[in-house]
Amino acid sequence: MTHLDTDILIVGAGGAGMYAALAAVRNGAERVLLVDKSLVGRGGATVMAQMTVAAALAAESPDDPELHLADTLAAGRGLCDETLAAALCEDAPARIREMAEWRVGWACRDDGRIAQVIAPGHSRPRCCYVDFLNTGPAVAATLRRQVGRIATIRRVSNLAVTDLVTADGEAAGAVALDLAAGEPVTIAAKATVIAAGGLTRIYRRSSASANMGGDGYALALAAGAELVDMEFVQFFPIGHLAPRLVGMDPIMWDPFRYKLGGRLLNGAGNEFLAAYGSDEAGAYTTPRDLATYAITKEVEAGRGSPHGGVYLSFEHVPRAALDAAFGPVILRLARHGIDLARAPVEVSPIAHYHMGGVRIDERMASRVPGLFAAGEAAGGANGANRLSGNAIPEALVFGERAGRFAAIHAGRRSAAAWPQGAGAEAVAQIRRLADGRDGVASPAARLDELRGLMQAEVGPFRHAAGLERALTRLRAMRAELPDLAIVAGRACNPSLADWFELRAGLIAAEAVTAAALARRESRGAHQREDFPETDRAWGRGRVVRMARDGTISAGLER
Amino acid sequence: MRTARLRVRRGSAGDPAVHYDEFAVPFDDGATVLDGLIWLRTHRDPSLTIRYSCINANVCKECTIAIDGSVAYACMTPLSAERVMTLDPLPGKPHLRDLVSETRPPREKLE
Ligand SMILES: Cc1cc2nc3c(=O)[nH]c(=O)nc-3n(C[C@H](O)[C@H](O)[C@H](O)COP(=O)(O)OP(=O)(O)OC[C@H]3O[C@@H](n4cnc5c(N)ncnc54)[C@H](O)[C@@H]3O)c2cc1C
Ligand code: FES
Repeated sequence: MTHLDTDILIVGAGGAGMYAALAAVRNGAERVLLVDKSLVGRGGATVMAQMTVAAALAAESPDDPELHLADTLAAGRGLCDETLAAALCEDAPARIREMAEWRVGWACRDDGRIAQVIAPGHSRPRCCYVDFLNTGPAVAATLRRQVGRIATIRRVSNLAVTDLVTADGEAAGAVALDLAAGEPVTIAAKATVIAAGGLTRIYRRSSASANMGGDGYALALAAGAELVDMEFVQFFPIGHLAPRLVGMDPIMWDPFRYKLGGRLLNGAGNEFLAAYGSDEAGAYTTPRDLATYAITKEVEAGRGSPHGGVYLSFEHVPRAALDAAFGPVILRLARHGIDLARAPVEVSPIAHYHMGGVRIDERMASRVPGLFAAGEAAGGANGANRLSGNAIPEALVFGERAGRFAAIHAGRRSAAAWPQGAGAEAVAQIRRLADGRDGVASPAARLDELRGLMQAEVGPFRHAAGLERALTRLRAMRAELPDLAIVAGRACNPSLADWFELRAGLIAAEAVTAAALARRESRGAHQREDFPETDRAWGRGRVVRMARDGTISAGLER
Repeated sequence: MRTARLRVRRGSAGDPAVHYDEFAVPFDDGATVLDGLIWLRTHRDPSLTIRYSCINANVCKECTIAIDGSVAYACMTPLSAERVMTLDPLPGKPHLRDLVSETRPPREKLE
């Protein structure tokens, strides 16, 4: 069996993981192991982002990290961990400038300064971008290039971490599944960074890639770390639903609505927002939560569009205005047979980002010594609702900090605390599964059920009965994991990967659902139909823990 | 709903003979070959081995295969009810299993 030994193990190679690797080396780590279950720099959300990155550079107008922080806290509805939010806002300009030195290609003004645009929730133009709709790909490619230059960063793709290993309560490394060979791999590490991204893939309707199924949260919980703010899943109200459209960011309709208005129509072709208390009169003023609520209720009442959303129409906008505002996008849409001047598109709320995550301090350290977390996997900075453009800086800033503090931690240890036989149970698990077995259902079918269940019962609007139904089913599915059918075989056996994805997804889903049930109020991205008001008594983040027997409990005050 | 027919290369590199399985896939207008393959994995054959990551964004480039002999992205190619589509792994790369070939950059492998 392959055994690897490293100073710093980084689980996940998106923006956060790659930045952590660079920072770890810069801070003295001699050996860094950067692993990803997909391909380094290609598997997660970072490479998919098309919009903007917020940082108080003051390139367009006077700005200050304090002002960025004020906007972040306001968006977070009183729930942000202020230390983390402040770290994000203070470090963001340095990270953005460093990315510029590495030639990421931020769009620039005529005077050479980085261009910054205004985005929803920001009090001034603060958001940078790479043309054309290329922010995420450019960020990912730049970091991949930097990481590739450093010989002491060992990169491994198609290696999925399945279990973290602790020794005497400290992080000691991990067990992973080599997806190509179907063999277990053990990894001893002096410090471990979870940078495995978010969980939106556990929803039927989402902007997620295949690798955003909540692994990082499940790994952290099982290792004894706490999660925070898990009930806050950000739904984007008018995500693209139909016709099928590949190659565009599904949240692309937001800028369209800002510039051109656009009309939301139900299945019968009637405007409906006014009935829910929002009179748009041509301008895009409806708050996100109200739009999500109105769309959800129209669909529930049987007044949805054919695919179960509503229509977004620009048919009343002159073609010349469409072309002038979004020419290149209009061309791309035409290639998919979409002509906005002639027909509406269908939109619906989609899961887009997760505010919650591993509970960390300003060094990105969890409560398990030697275990750090960064990026979307980390929780707290964005509270109950994320400000637009704050997620990429969160990945870069927290990645840098996690790498730096993990290196400092590792520097104090002479060797990893890897005891004889560590991880044996996890290794045996992988081997047992690879032997194959008959069962009640395939993990792939259960993953599909999980997505439907989360969408139906733990979506943007929740109530106790639905959450309890979901919790009961999630626990039953978790109990049934040993009885699922696995196709025999090691090399490239997708059934093995599915099983581990399902196990993690069920744990992450249970954490979200239990936290949502515990929070008996509505705030930001968490809206309870049975508790529609915001209640000051709930003004602190709540944590989720896992007991030794695997029981998940939620709602404990931070 | 219409029905597409996919003829999919199965098996591993070392198999004595090349063989294909043919599947029927229900689909909606605009659905892609990748959508069809994911549907098959979920509802028909969980052992079907495919490689993809971003699903909707066309940025990961992991879903590159040969469709009717031409290299294409599974996520950008629409399904068709008109003809049987033949799917093979990317040519010119070591074949691993079903539609998956070794496309990792050499320095990102374990060995
Ligand atoms: C379509 C889309 C558009 C977005 N647009 C914007 C935007 O315009 N601006 C903005 O600020 N934010 C945006 N976001 C959010 C932002 O992109 C993410 O929050 C951020 O990139 C997360 O970075 P990360 O490094 O934490 O995670 P990711 O980039 O998701 O990387 C996580 C990595 O971990 C790997 N991984 C997961 N589990 C395991 C495991 N068990 N073992 C090994 N590896 C594992 C995954 O394969 C993946 O490569 C967008 C998100 C999406 C989905
Ligand atoms: S799935 Fe990512 S490019 Fe096709």
